Amino acid sequence: MSYEITLMTTMAISVLFALSLNFITGFCGQISLGHAAFLGAGAYTSAMLSKADVPFLFTIPAAAICAAMLGAIIGLASLRVRHDFLAITTMGVGFLFVGIIRQQDFFGGEIGIAGIPSSGFGKGGFMLICIALALTFAAFSLYVRRSWMGFVFKSIADNEDVTRVLGIDVSRYKLIAFIIGTGTAGVAGALYAHHFRFVGPDSFGFVESISVLAMVIVGGIGSVWGVIFAAALLSVLPMLVQFIDDYKLLFYSGLLFAMMRFSPDGIAGLCTRLFSSIPRRVPDNGGNNR
Amino acid sequence: MTEILHVRDVTVRFGGVYAVQNVDLRINNGELIGFIGPNGAGKTTLMRVITGIVQPQSGRVFLQGVDITDKATHLRIRAGLALAQQIVQPLRALTLLDNVAIACGSDKTRHALKSMWVTDIRSERAQARELLARVGLSHVVDELPGTMPLGYLKRLEVARALALNPRLLLLDEPLAGLSQKEAASLADLIATLNADGQTILLIEHNLREVMRICPTLYVQDNGKSLAFGKTDQVMSDPNVRNAYLGVGHA
Ligand SMILES: Nc1ncnc2c1ncn2[C@@H]1O[C@H](COP(=O)(O)OP(=O)(O)O)[C@@H](O)[C@H]1O
Ligand SMILES: [Mg+2]
Repeated sequence: MSYEITLMTTMAISVLFALSLNFITGFCGQISLGHAAFLGAGAYTSAMLSKADVPFLFTIPAAAICAAMLGAIIGLASLRVRHDFLAITTMGVGFLFVGIIRQQDFFGGEIGIAGIPSSGFGKGGFMLICIALALTFAAFSLYVRRSWMGFVFKSIADNEDVTRVLGIDVSRYKLIAFIIGTGTAGVAGALYAHHFRFVGPDSFGFVESISVLAMVIVGGIGSVWGVIFAAALLSVLPMLVQFIDDYKLLFYSGLLFAMMRFSPDGIAGLCTRLFSSIPRRVPDNGGNNR
Repeated sequence: MTEILHVRDVTVRFGGVYAVQNVDLRINNGELIGFIGPNGAGKTTLMRVITGIVQPQSGRVFLQGVDITDKATHLRIRAGLALAQQIVQPLRALTLLDNVAIACGSDKTRHALKSMWVTDIRSERAQARELLARVGLSHVVDELPGTMPLGYLKRLEVARALALNPRLLLLDEPLAGLSQKEAASLADLIATLNADGQTILLIEHNLREVMRICPTLYVQDNGKSLAFGKTDQVMSDPNVRNAYLGVGHA
């Protein structure tokens, strides 16, 4: 039973983390290559507060705020610039984050922070908290998708310049998506810290950023259900198959590439195409079909 | 008459090329101005200066007396501009209806955070339906742009610009790519809009339609203002004839 609980907890945390990136990349079309840094910011915040005897539940909002503030700073600096600048900045931030954590004894340096106190809810209780948070954010995502904010996100993901010409403050919308996404990654980080009861610089590197991006892309950019499915599956695969655990970066980048090449809209798109009863034929340009 | 737009001494250089050179242009409330000139005359560039997509090297742009030269594009749109672009840019993931509906909802999208709490889109869709009907697209509202012919997408651009309810409507070659019949009916619509009080700056290559519906013409050649005035006077201006016949565009 304990093994299943661990598995479920891992899944729930990954789902939350992947959905947080989905908010930025899936909804708003902004590629982040350093999302693990925000997971890390949340994890370290929560870990250090817990070690200072702050109750687990209080460390969650603190982790969210810390990660969101980091997200706000990076967002303000990069979202106003050209479209793909964010991918580069976030990748830089990812490396910088690990570099800083490594160097500072304050953060436990190379060794990391071990002996993080238990959440106090037992393994089963903790799992339920993780699942509840993942489901809450999934529901929130589905709601936002239906709102005018989600409508604008869709438009921005489609074409930023057009959206601007429609009188919409594109930078502001992108910044909000980025802050919500990074703040939620911080929440996932707090859960991560209390799940493994250990955080170290290696847990939040480039590999983690690529794996979470793979989850979002494999699930189908923007599709909440697809991303939940892909995150649940891909998070436990390395635990079940040793080979994948050994070659994580290779596996995830291979998957990413294959998906982009063969089904850019991910599993969600694949399903839509498989199950749509009337196959739509799309003429490649506008001929005379009036 | 109140002045809606004033472009004052605007110059745009791309590398060594002057796309727009010391151009002045004034548009009064209620006018329909045909903006013509050979290919490469800098018409689109001037449009982009007005909407803020291109920053001029020098000169200012005033909208209803307010200097908007340093304002971001989305703020200029909110201040009363709307643009139908020469190269159609539909939002490909949205149906034609939603392409227009999103523009109809500009009150709901003004404040990003508030937009999260609003889900109702029915009135915007109803409005969008009417606008699409006005441009003759009511039979394809639920289609995706990717499946539509160019003529439809040109009209979608116009409907989307109208949805913003602008003080000044900027149209960049809306008739290009339309059949003669389609062009005539869209030109009729433009004339009707103007008759209803809409101020319009219309860039167009289709001289026949321009001369038919525009009382006033503004001509640019090689980035420079060539003529401005009543349509028949401008068309009989030898400089204008030269620019057209000389370069070989019509
Ligand atoms: N973004 C750009 N970069 C470089 N040159 C440009 C750019 N846009 C337009 N030009 C040049 O400026 C001139 C005017 O172009 P344009 O405004 O598109 O003319 P028109 O719309 O009247 O056909 C042309 O010589 C064109 O090649
Ligand atoms: Mg042009």
